[in-house]
Amino acid sequence: MTAGAGGPGVFLVAVNGQIESGEFPGFDDLYCKFCFVYGQDWVPTAGLEEGISQITSKSDVSPTTLIWNFPIEITFKSTNPSGWPQIVVSVYGPDFFGNDVVRGYGAVHVPFTPGRHKRTIAMFVPESTSRLQKFTSWFTGRRPEFTDPKVVAQGEGREVTRVRSQGFVTISFNVVTKDIKKLGYDVSPTDMQTSCVPITEGIHKY
Amino acid sequence: MAEPLPAAAASPQPPRSLPPAPSTSRAGFAERSVRERMREKIKAARAKAEVTLSQDDHSPRPRRLKNIRERKTEVSLDKVSDSDKFREMQEDESRLLSKVKFRDSVKKMKQKSPVQNDFPSTEEAYNFFTFNFDSEPENGAGAQKISELNEEEEAEYVEAHEEEQEEDETDEDVRLVKDDLFNIGQTAEDLIVMKPADCESYSEQVQKEKEFLFIPSRLTVPTSQKMPGNVQPRYLEDEGLYTGERPFVSPSNQNIVENRILRQEQGKEWFGDDGKILALPNPIKQSSTRPPIFSLEEGIAPELETVYRKAIKMTAANQYFVGPGDFQGPFQLDIDISGLIFTHHPCFSREHVLAAKLAQLYDQYLARKQKNLTKLLTDKLHALRNAVQRRVGGGNAGAPGPIAQQSIPEYKFEIRQTRRLRDAEQEKDRMLLKTIIKVWKQMKSLRDFQKFTNTPMKLYLRKEEVDQRSDEKAYEAEIQAEISELIEEYMEEYDKKMEEYRTELQKWKSWRKAQKSRKKKKKKDLQEEEDSVEDCDLGEEPVKPIPPKMVNNLEIEQQVREKADNLRRKPGEPALIPELVLSGSVTPSELCPRAEVLRREDVKKRSVFIKVLFNSKEVSRTVTRPISSDFRVHFGQIFNLQIFSWPESLKLQIYETTGMSSTTLLAEVFIPVPETTVLTGSAPMEEIEFSSNQRVVLDHEGVGSDVSFSFEVDGSNQMTLMTSGKVSNSVSWAVGEKGIPLIPPVSQQTTGIPSALKNIDAIASIGTSGLNDMKKLAKWAAETKLDPNDPNNAALMQMIMVATSGEAHVPDFFRLEQLQQEFNFVSDEEFNRSKRFRLLQLRNEEVAEFRNYKQVPLHEREISEKLFQDYEKRLHERNVIDSKHYLDARRAVVANYLQKVRESVINRFLIAKHHFLLSDLVNEEEIPSLGILGLGLFKLAEPKRPLKPRRKERKKVTAQNLSDGDIKLLVNVIRAFDIPVRKPVMSKPQQPSKSSRSFNEMFAASPSAQSPTDSADWAFDQVLVRPFVEVSFQRTVCRTTTAEGPNPNWNEELELPFRAPNGDYSTHSLQSVKDEVFINVFDEVLHDVTEDDCDRRSGIHTCVERRWLGCVKIPFTTIYFQAKIDGTFKVDIPPVLLGYSKEKNLGMERGYDSVRNLSEGSYITLFITIEPQLVPGESVREKMNEMLKKFDTQEDEKLLQAAEKYEAECTSKFPSRQCLTTVIDLNGKTVFITRYVKPLNPPQELLDACPDSSQTTAELVARYVALIPFLPDSVSFAGICDLWSTSDQFLDLLAGDEEEHAVLLCNYFLGMGKKAWLIIGNAIPEGQTAYVLTLEQSQYIIWNPSTGSFYRQYDTFCPLQNVYCLISCDNIWFNIQEHDSPVRISFDISKPKLWKPFFSRSLPYPGLSSVQPEELVYQHSDKTAAVELQGRIEKILKEKIMEWRPRHLTRWNRYCTSTLRNFLPLLEQNQGKDVEDDHQAELQKQLGDYRVSGFPIHMPFSEVRPLVEAVHSTGVHTIDVSNVEFALAVYIHPYPQSVLSVWIYVASLVRNR
Repeated sequence: MTAGAGGPGVFLVAVNGQIESGEFPGFDDLYCKFCFVYGQDWVPTAGLEEGISQITSKSDVSPTTLIWNFPIEITFKSTNPSGWPQIVVSVYGPDFFGNDVVRGYGAVHVPFTPGRHKRTIAMFVPESTSRLQKFTSWFTGRRPEFTDPKVVAQGEGREVTRVRSQGFVTISFNVVTKDIKKLGYDVSPTDMQTSCVPITEGIHKY
Repeated sequence: MAEPLPAAAASPQPPRSLPPAPSTSRAGFAERSVRERMREKIKAARAKAEVTLSQDDHSPRPRRLKNIRERKTEVSLDKVSDSDKFREMQEDESRLLSKVKFRDSVKKMKQKSPVQNDFPSTEEAYNFFTFNFDSEPENGAGAQKISELNEEEEAEYVEAHEEEQEEDETDEDVRLVKDDLFNIGQTAEDLIVMKPADCESYSEQVQKEKEFLFIPSRLTVPTSQKMPGNVQPRYLEDEGLYTGERPFVSPSNQNIVENRILRQEQGKEWFGDDGKILALPNPIKQSSTRPPIFSLEEGIAPELETVYRKAIKMTAANQYFVGPGDFQGPFQLDIDISGLIFTHHPCFSREHVLAAKLAQLYDQYLARKQKNLTKLLTDKLHALRNAVQRRVGGGNAGAPGPIAQQSIPEYKFEIRQTRRLRDAEQEKDRMLLKTIIKVWKQMKSLRDFQKFTNTPMKLYLRKEEVDQRSDEKAYEAEIQAEISELIEEYMEEYDKKMEEYRTELQKWKSWRKAQKSRKKKKKKDLQEEEDSVEDCDLGEEPVKPIPPKMVNNLEIEQQVREKADNLRRKPGEPALIPELVLSGSVTPSELCPRAEVLRREDVKKRSVFIKVLFNSKEVSRTVTRPISSDFRVHFGQIFNLQIFSWPESLKLQIYETTGMSSTTLLAEVFIPVPETTVLTGSAPMEEIEFSSNQRVVLDHEGVGSDVSFSFEVDGSNQMTLMTSGKVSNSVSWAVGEKGIPLIPPVSQQTTGIPSALKNIDAIASIGTSGLNDMKKLAKWAAETKLDPNDPNNAALMQMIMVATSGEAHVPDFFRLEQLQQEFNFVSDEEFNRSKRFRLLQLRNEEVAEFRNYKQVPLHEREISEKLFQDYEKRLHERNVIDSKHYLDARRAVVANYLQKVRESVINRFLIAKHHFLLSDLVNEEEIPSLGILGLGLFKLAEPKRPLKPRRKERKKVTAQNLSDGDIKLLVNVIRAFDIPVRKPVMSKPQQPSKSSRSFNEMFAASPSAQSPTDSADWAFDQVLVRPFVEVSFQRTVCRTTTAEGPNPNWNEELELPFRAPNGDYSTHSLQSVKDEVFINVFDEVLHDVTEDDCDRRSGIHTCVERRWLGCVKIPFTTIYFQAKIDGTFKVDIPPVLLGYSKEKNLGMERGYDSVRNLSEGSYITLFITIEPQLVPGESVREKMNEMLKKFDTQEDEKLLQAAEKYEAECTSKFPSRQCLTTVIDLNGKTVFITRYVKPLNPPQELLDACPDSSQTTAELVARYVALIPFLPDSVSFAGICDLWSTSDQFLDLLAGDEEEHAVLLCNYFLGMGKKAWLIIGNAIPEGQTAYVLTLEQSQYIIWNPSTGSFYRQYDTFCPLQNVYCLISCDNIWFNIQEHDSPVRISFDISKPKLWKPFFSRSLPYPGLSSVQPEELVYQHSDKTAAVELQGRIEKILKEKIMEWRPRHLTRWNRYCTSTLRNFLPLLEQNQGKDVEDDHQAELQKQLGDYRVSGFPIHMPFSEVRPLVEAVHSTGVHTIDVSNVEFALAVYIHPYPQSVLSVWIYVASLVRNR
């Protein structure tokens, strides 16, 4: 994209942050994977699109939270806010028999507004279709998984799935944007705007 | 000075009398510095000590008090200015000085509080403080006086204290200094002061507390204290303004607060005009929002208890409104129908008619009297007159202002208006009275006449005597006033007229003058001009104006008096007041005539009821009540309508029943929906009139309805009356339990008075009329002088404010989607013009060109028009056939059709693609069967490293998260058999020509019949062939090393990268990859380029040349679907390879016979796979099939069920074997598969070609079918599903995959009278496919329809690997044998143990009609078109070859080309077989000493591109010997129905030296 005479042709969204912690009651020794899902008009320009964290265990210090503190750093460029990047997090860990099974999927949009944000994602896993399936999957350690973790970032086809919530993952984002406002997309919250136009004024004109 | 102190200090002062000054001191307390505070503490301690020390001593006490007092004031001074005070403190060394200072400060204090205006002035204060006098301040009230006194005392204290404090301070300082400097010399005794313990008496304590503490009194503060000065409290409520209810505060608390406030400086600001603390109206709701919770059961917390709530019907309120219609429950409308009065009824007697009239008039009279307009207007007139008089009088007295001057004419005008009105009213009054009297007289006469009375009506006229004299005086005065006014008026008019008259006269005079002068002229002139002048005269001769008449005073007086006589009561005449009473007696029925009795009986029979209709639905009805004799019906019923929304209409229907039976609707009355302020209890009764136009004629005394009758004896003065009456009712909104009116929310009202201004836009845009009257409403509000403070009016006031500011603009149109426009930020045209938007839209629609378009540019200007060009071209070409691109008009039509079919299918597919199954989203393990489980357990016991390792399944990768370079194609080239070998240039092996062979010969006879070649010698001393394999895929080329000999063994793995089209690795995109893997076998030839032997000694210069021997083509889709391809393939070797020969005999001799199994041609063993293994899009395919099955079908439901059952049974037994019963045709309909099989006629041309041999004909037909271009469905329909076209469609399209070929071939064979079946099976390399099986002379022959070749059942090189089912025109057989390889199975379908039939005895064949046409009609081949096409293709190919050799000169050998061209028809004739190596000889004969290498390529024709690809893949062009020449010839043989067989002969020639 060449920047034309009339200003920039793309806007940039830089995301730093980390997958801070997770809360998965009853599970231990979990690790998580993340990846970004974004629309066709988005291109990652720098940073990692995917990552896999270390395995973390609970301790007496934090008996309920699993801390990963797994950094995320990625920069996107885009021409269109449609398809705003989402981070998809999936958490895995050993089950009773030591098989590595999925413990949760979750996704959240990268915050629109610049600044520091903290997001807590509820994590869920697909349910077995029947009790027998459930038992066998438990027994064999092959639980139902999404064909692609990115499924959780899309709305299409979700109606055929049944999921169970498993826990939470907290992610912090530091978002920096460039040229978004120049291109006519105003993403800053109203309280940050310098000129505060009363809402009613605008309405009456139409 | 000291004597008032003890009194003041000892007795607790009433708090209310405390002056504001001390309170300020309190406030100032905090402001002091620490140091000062410390000092104070010391001071206090010292004072305490003093007190305790000298308790008995009386004298220090006042001093101390003084001290304290002084401090207090000092503190208050503090407030005046801190710095001042500090200075004071430091400066004040002497008493005297301090005194002066104090005076100043007191002055200042006085100056500072001018707010308290009842305080004495500065001077007074000065005098007051300096001189000791006892007189009260003049204007101070009692309380004030006390405060004054207090102040005085305090002032004294201040004085005293200050002195002492200063003393102490200096003492202390000195002492401190001493301590610091000289403490060495001092002893302990010096430092220690012996004192008794501090103790404070209670009274002291109280005293001291009083200084700091203030206990506000509970007593009421007199209003005068709260109000500034002498202002009287003003009660807004008494003045009629809304004040609102204050929150309740207990009076004692209120008093405390007031007292507290009053102590503060400026405390009075807290009080309002009414002397109460300023407070807002009570914000607390009347009722609690939170419902009270009552526990029904014990032990359960009331909050947790479940309460049954009736399901609430969703409100229909939102029907009309978009706004937030949060439902608030049912509302109630109370309709009170009290009664009905008929003003006319058919059963009225004449008397009744009159009575009704009288009653009506009397009502009118009463109403008028109540209004008393006459009186009002008269009063007004008087007032106006007075005003004028006063103004005139006042003007005389002083200087009349211009306003007064101006207002006098206005007043006068108003007087006239009022007088006129009054006169009219008076006249009406008088007329009414007269009419009443007249009607009463009529009634009396009627009663006399008929000798009975029906109504109890009686009219009394009461005379009111008046004082004659005063009356007369008033009368006269009135008349005089009027006269004078009239005169004045007339005079004015006269003046005006006079003015007019004068101007007119002036005009007229001037005209006359002109006329005269003209006449003079005229006299001079001749006659002819006279006419014109006359014309002019006639035209505009102004009439001489008449001067206005002066009015006569007498005349006016006459007029006025006359009018007064008519209108007014004469002076002294008694005022008549009519009074209607119902005290008269009605004649009982016995005394009445018969007609009257009948009438009365009729009345008794009649009864009335009223229906209440809400929104045109009957909701309730009153009881039926008989009509009483006075035609009044009393109902007295109240109906409570529970409603949900604002009513649209309220209606009453009045029904009358006569006797037992008939019920007639008398009338309908619409009741206005009450205003929101009309609540039950306060709603007035309203009378609504109704009337009916029914015609009723009665045969008794009743006058009937719509019947004319007269009161006169002679029948004149006829009148017709209609049934009419009045319903007295009241409609009001009910009040709920808590006093909340149950009115639908304002936003729901269509009338919308205080309408929801929140969403004013929405409503206005809908165009509701509710706000239409905004201006009017505002006017009304202004006129009625609404109290703007009343919260009841708040909404109204707000709206009026908006209305008057002109913001509420009501559009004069109606909009259906009222909010649409608000969200349109650009117009539609602009929207459509936007390239970016269009791009986004197309991408969203998944249009092929834009489906994977990445990064749509942000700015319009960055999107080039070129982007859309292709797309637009395609859209454009959809209907325009471009023959140039296809070289053949027919093909273009077909391609076009195909494109359309493809699009429609793709559209369906796109819909299906967004339909997900669970398996698409979730990977779930199948429930393992017991066997698998057991196997799994068995596996546990397996050795870790088995001796015979088994191939492990690779992990499959979903295509979604792939990108370029991730996928690789692995081709493992293992070995090849029977590669053609080079032929020594000079040898001329002659082989017997075999023009025709039978099947038996072909398979049974071996090439051993061939004579062993004589050239056994060269076979040993020379390398026969040095073959290598080159694999090209997507223009990437990889090659193996060179091996030697005709049976090379490479065993090499080649890795080729794979790139998906447009970088789209989704399943359906991969399925539509059209690329093929070319596996070419080349011979590497080394030439010695060194010219002479002497050079050879020094070094060897060889040139590597490669010659194409043959190829294998495998479509990528096959690999994709098969995941791996493993097998031995026949190498497609051209029928003639110049310079090469098959080396069969040699092999024979060497004893490979048994291995090679009597086959012809060369074979190559390959293993091809994709790394990583991709999940084929089978699910999509099957899902689509599922979807399509659900679509339309014309098959019988039972048949489909049976088919499903059959399929399920078969697949459960043999899950790997596919069972096909139903397929989908081109229209997407499910069709039973046997319908496709039907005998059809092959082209007659083919049958005629070889009439004697059925064998040859069969081959010809197979060849013909094979010549129809192959186009896999998965390519054309983007991996969707198999679509089966019928044979005629197939021939029309001239493209299809194995199924179509197989069906056509099978049908041809059937048409030729053979026994033929369709085989559904698995073949290499196609994968799942369809072959044809024929039975020839007890031998089963397997035909490959896409190549035209045929195999015996026991042929090892038969590409068909597995046989799943056989299909004939009337049945399906599923292979239930143990094996499915054609070699190992029996094709005897009559054995149900081996073949499971679909139609059997339990389900007989129903005789399904075929989808195929009765007969195929063929177009004759177009030879000229073929020749033309031939030329074009040749040209294109030559150009291409030149293009591929950009760095070399490409020479074409014309001789060679022409020779080659001659060979080609021959090849076609022989179907590429048995044309021996005489080409070589022929060429050499023609050309001389050339090294020629070349071959003919045979292809079916569909497009040019595959031809070009094929030529390119042979790599003929790659030769880079400098003196190379090329030859290329193309031959096209046309078959019926435009099936073209294309032959391309390419050769490269190098001249031998």
